[in-house]
Amino acid sequence: MLNETALQEIQELKIRYPERESALLPALYIAQREFGWLSNEALLHVANVLNLPEAKVRGTASFYSMFKDKPAGRNIVQLCTNISCMIAGSDGLVNFLQTRYGMKPDETTPDGRFSLILMECIGACGTAPAMLVNTDFHENLTEQNIGEILETYK
Amino acid sequence: METVLLKNIDNPKSADIDEYLKAGGYRGLSKAVTLEPADIIEEVSKSGLKGRGGAGFPTAMKWRFAATDPKFPKYLICNADEGEPGTFKDRPILEKNPHLLLEGMAISAIALGSEQGYIYLRGEYPDARDILEASIRQANDRGYLGDDILGKGLTFNIHVHQGAGAYICGEETALIESIEGKRGQPRSKPPFPVNQGAWEMPTIVNNVETLANIPYIIEIGGDAYSGIGSEDCPGPKLFCVSGSVNRPGVYELPMGTSLREIIHDHAGGIKNGRTLKAVIPGGLSTPVLPAESIDCRMDFISMQGVGSMLGSGAVIVMDDSICMVSVTYRAMKFFEHESCGKCVPCREGTDWLRKVLERVENGKGREGDVDLLLYISGTMTGRTFCPLGDGAAGVVQAMIKHFRTEFEEHISEKKCTYKSIN
Repeated sequence: MLNETALQEIQELKIRYPERESALLPALYIAQREFGWLSNEALLHVANVLNLPEAKVRGTASFYSMFKDKPAGRNIVQLCTNISCMIAGSDGLVNFLQTRYGMKPDETTPDGRFSLILMECIGACGTAPAMLVNTDFHENLTEQNIGEILETYK
Repeated sequence: METVLLKNIDNPKSADIDEYLKAGGYRGLSKAVTLEPADIIEEVSKSGLKGRGGAGFPTAMKWRFAATDPKFPKYLICNADEGEPGTFKDRPILEKNPHLLLEGMAISAIALGSEQGYIYLRGEYPDARDILEASIRQANDRGYLGDDILGKGLTFNIHVHQGAGAYICGEETALIESIEGKRGQPRSKPPFPVNQGAWEMPTIVNNVETLANIPYIIEIGGDAYSGIGSEDCPGPKLFCVSGSVNRPGVYELPMGTSLREIIHDHAGGIKNGRTLKAVIPGGLSTPVLPAESIDCRMDFISMQGVGSMLGSGAVIVMDDSICMVSVTYRAMKFFEHESCGKCVPCREGTDWLRKVLERVENGKGREGDVDLLLYISGTMTGRTFCPLGDGAAGVVQAMIKHFRTEFEEHISEKKCTYKSIN
């Protein structure tokens, strides 16, 4: 269930837009925050709160890569591998993460600590290679410092 | 040159409204509230400002279409979905100079007669979201936004709307679909958003950098502004340089600065003592240029003359250790991933191109694959619903035009000879 705070947040979102359907993306973010991922249950709740067909909600949610259709680990490692990061060595970092932490793209480590997502550009090309861990930017990554950074996420 | 867009950015508190005011902030808005909307549009017209999102459409012309449409309400949307690979120019404005954007939006709203604005912010910029929301609250408290702007009875409110990781939502009609709570697939045009955009109402979608130019134009006047940079594309421009250079970063320079000057003077030249091989001058979707073509002026019109585009001003520099086939293959994985699936030439074309590029890069290319890549991309050019598919095709065509032998060597030698780049 979405708790009272979350429901209240979604109600407040509705008045930001002339039509309630427009509150769908922000409402999905709230549901994802509460449930950890967008399960069938989470999608149904959002559909009910916004009074939208469930298929409509699922159709929108499935289009966007930041909405998760499976449970994620405690920390989401989003490593950019687009051209500027690739030039700066991101492919080597992908291999390092696999060897050192057993992290594989689009998978969660068995201990539930990390989920790895290989990203398209995250807008940190001047400080490549770069990643977002949860909502924290980490830039100018190397095999040395990426390990130190990840140690701070338990 | 005096900086306009990155002004005060080295001040660690630059995002705070008091620091912004100390540096002369909100003077443009204070002037704008005394002007007629048509006069504001006239100043922007005189300035010659062209949209900084990539297409280079004259801003005042777009505004006039929406301002003269009799339907109300009108919406102003700031496109902060910066997603073109290589582009990180809007991020410093969003994170370090947010009031410049809010001031630009408020002035634009007065010109358009809009009372409601949205900032469509890419989901990957969580810091920018918090900073923008705090800045909007500050501006509301001080009367620069809200229901009685500067005591003149004008209303303009802004909400931040967060995207969720879809590159295509940077295309303005896909962005509008997304803000309406739908899948971000581009709409058929016409009708254009200026007449029938968000919630079927007249809607202006302007890039962050475009809107950030507005306060300065109003402050110094359109005529003075038009004297900066290229004659037919005036103003300051943010160039974001990444890749094989000594000093990657965002540089504010006059529009029309040469690509050579940007790479060698501002970004400090090629790193590790290597030599320049190629440049993607305006973000990943723009056609690559070989090293010998960098004596070109970086503006919307000049770049067309050398067979590329200014795009977002995202300069990706590649030295002679970098394999063009691997870059093209990586680029196509991106386009395939980001194709929205609405039209067949793009959905299938990017998939087919990626498959052929993958086998060529992995030493499994077949004789005739280079022509096959040209054939497939040729079936996409001009036949896709939005510029994504055109861009994908253009990337392959330009790479083969300038580096054909590299593709052919991969096929004849059955391997990538550049495996040194990780």
